[in-house]
Amino acid sequence: MAKKELLKVEGLKQYFPIKGGFLGRTTNYVKAVDDISFSIFEGETVSIVGESGCGKSTTGRAILRLEEPTEGKVEFRGVDLAGLSKRNMRKYRKDLQIIFQDPYASINPRQTVASVLTEAMEIQKVLPTNKRRARAEELLETVGLLPYQADRFPHEFSGGQRQRIGIARALSVNPQLIICDEAVSALDVSIQAQVLNLLEELQEEFQLTYLFISHDLGVVRHISDRIIVMYLGKIVEIADKYSLFENPKHPYTKALLSAIPIPDPDKKKERIVLKGDVPSPIDPPSGCRFHTRCPYATAKCKVEVPELRTASSMKPGHEAACHYIEEIESGEKQPNY
Amino acid sequence: MSIPVNQEIILEVKNLQTIFKTDTGDVRAVDGVSFKLPKGKTIGIVGESGSGKSITSLSIMRLLASNGKITNGEVLYKGEDLLKLSESQMRKLRGNEISMIFQEPMTSLNPVYTVGQQISEALMLHQNMSKKDAFIRSVELLKLVGIPSPDKRVKNYPFELSGGMRQRVMIAMSLACDPEILIADEPTTALDVTIQAQILELIKELQDRLGMSVIFITHDLGVVAETCDYVAVMYAGQVVEYADIRTLFHEPKLPYTIGLLKSLPRHDIEQDKLQPINGNVPSPHEMPVSCRFSPRCPAATDLCRANMPQLETDENGNQVRCWIYTDEWTGEAEVDIYGEKRIAKSRGAKTILPD
Ligand SMILES: Nc1ncnc2c1ncn2[C@@H]1O[C@H](COP(=O)(O)OP(=O)(O)OP(=O)(O)O)[C@@H](O)[C@H]1O
Ligand SMILES: Nc1ncnc2c1ncn2[C@@H]1O[C@H](COP(=O)(O)OP(=O)(O)O)[C@@H](O)[C@H]1O
Ligand code: SF4
Ligand code: SF4
Ligand SMILES: [Mg+2]
Ligand SMILES: [Mg+2]
Repeated sequence: MAKKELLKVEGLKQYFPIKGGFLGRTTNYVKAVDDISFSIFEGETVSIVGESGCGKSTTGRAILRLEEPTEGKVEFRGVDLAGLSKRNMRKYRKDLQIIFQDPYASINPRQTVASVLTEAMEIQKVLPTNKRRARAEELLETVGLLPYQADRFPHEFSGGQRQRIGIARALSVNPQLIICDEAVSALDVSIQAQVLNLLEELQEEFQLTYLFISHDLGVVRHISDRIIVMYLGKIVEIADKYSLFENPKHPYTKALLSAIPIPDPDKKKERIVLKGDVPSPIDPPSGCRFHTRCPYATAKCKVEVPELRTASSMKPGHEAACHYIEEIESGEKQPNY
Repeated sequence: MSIPVNQEIILEVKNLQTIFKTDTGDVRAVDGVSFKLPKGKTIGIVGESGSGKSITSLSIMRLLASNGKITNGEVLYKGEDLLKLSESQMRKLRGNEISMIFQEPMTSLNPVYTVGQQISEALMLHQNMSKKDAFIRSVELLKLVGIPSPDKRVKNYPFELSGGMRQRVMIAMSLACDPEILIADEPTTALDVTIQAQILELIKELQDRLGMSVIFITHDLGVVAETCDYVAVMYAGQVVEYADIRTLFHEPKLPYTIGLLKSLPRHDIEQDKLQPINGNVPSPHEMPVSCRFSPRCPAATDLCRANMPQLETDENGNQVRCWIYTDEWTGEAEVDIYGEKRIAKSRGAKTILPD
């Protein structure tokens, strides 16, 4: 696969200051994303999964510079977006689009669908003004709505239809990368399947690249080529889809996968029930951040941060951040529940 | 496996109908809900958003908003119709014999009282406990639901707890009076999967220990497969299929159920394309008078588009609301539903083909 790198994230950090005291001084930081690196190649779908608060959305927002990253590089086609002035960034805005979870919140309720779409084209100067209406109608058809619905208001649509409008808006500026942040999470399964299929068809038709953010591993297995697992602001494992589901290496990934209920009453499986809650990202645990819940943790895990690495049993490109991949695999290290 | 004949049925809902008066007309939120809850078992109620799951449970508890009214049906608890009880009789029953936990623990816990005060209150009200005894019991209950350092946590306010812990507190409160029936409305939907796993395990363990019967409301078919013995599938205000768990997942009869299972992206197996169900759920204001799934159903005939099928019981005690399984069916004998074959009842005899 000699694919071109479209997006490269390097050493990305996003710290949010916590103000305290009566002078409102910064007393501490929420380390929402803490030094993560990964690449996305043209035409592929990379997903970020993890529990709520692990930094998935923050990563997406930092890539788009909806929030200024604290540190790190975000290269799009080799250009460092983080170093661009606001003005120069605007040129790239149309190449990178985002679709959110809540179609209600992201669409202005007082605008007709047509004006939602033409406005997006206006801002990015796509197409001459007199061609935009026709393009809006065409886009509605592309996402499975009807052209005559262009003059309707968002509240006249169902949740799934509104999500299609969100997709049409993202498409209206001919983007290359679309970040889908929990884009199908609020939808019922029958509708979710419609939207997932649509996203796949559009990817093929327009050679789109997706960064897909989701907590639903069923959806992720279906849509992704590669998957990033995050825990408390860090990447703990990154792999092609098959390796991640069939050969997970990080103890957290294994626990996460084993926790998902299977829609088949005859498939009973061994469940790894993790103790406790996810710790706070304000003072994350030292060493390996998973050590407070990990059944394999040792004294070393409390002090040494494990780096992402590929053990000999892993395919190239599959990396996990754990000190004991080999020992866990060989059975030399046994879990301590 | 159907419900054994000698199995005690603790709760039976018969043809329940609940209507809300709104500015834009009546909303028939629940319109034909029937199911049986065998004692000590768990029944799942699944369905898409707006299908009437929560209103079904609120109707059972008679806790509807003021514009809502139960207009038909029976809710038989140990044979007695709850819909006929006085409000004061009902109040005694709630929390005591039948209790409920909700999706959003934050909205049902009072933010200005400590968790200990809230659990104690329920105990003092229903069990006439003294303040001191109620406090001691509160700590025990928090321990029962697996909250670490319960003697300290009992003094916490809800906002000081994580989502998973709040849900544990809710469960502790609902168990305060040893209920016969626990109604859990999406108790894990707002939680992360690793926390969900803890809560599901907790509910199961408590059920085994206390012998409760559980109504488990969820939209997550994985959770159903894992926790329930029987399932009622709801669509647009109605129960449309009721079956034991294995039949429902391996041999569902209803086109809607078949479609639902096929549109589910799974993490445990590789799938090619998902098979979505076309169209949308009907608006509550424009319910088809016929089969409510007929505008979306790949097997719909003129019969379906004109007439409402009834919930019919088969030889195994399972139920389905679909014309295919009635004598009136005039469509194909072997019906293709999202790539699966189902044999129509009336034509059954004619379709036994040699291999
Ligand atoms: N107070 C009310 N006034 C008017 N309509 C209502 C009221 N409460 C509920 N409804 C309607 O009743 C129907 C059933 O609602 P219900 O809350 O039972 O759905 P649900 O199956 O629990 O959905 P979800 O999965 O989203 O929780 C919906 O159409 C809803 O809009
Ligand atoms: N603007 C902000 N100010 C302070 N903290 C924030 C802000 N945005 C996100 N966070 C915190 O950063 C962490 C990661 O959040 P987020 O990326 O939204 O998580 P996810 O999308 O994985 O659920 C969380 O602890 C969240 O509360
Ligand atoms: S490094 Fe240690 S604590 Fe972290 S995942 Fe590996 S064994 Fe567990
Ligand atoms: S009654 Fe007809 S339309 Fe309704 S589910 Fe059965 S086949 Fe489909
Ligand atoms: Mg998020
Ligand atoms: Mg509900």
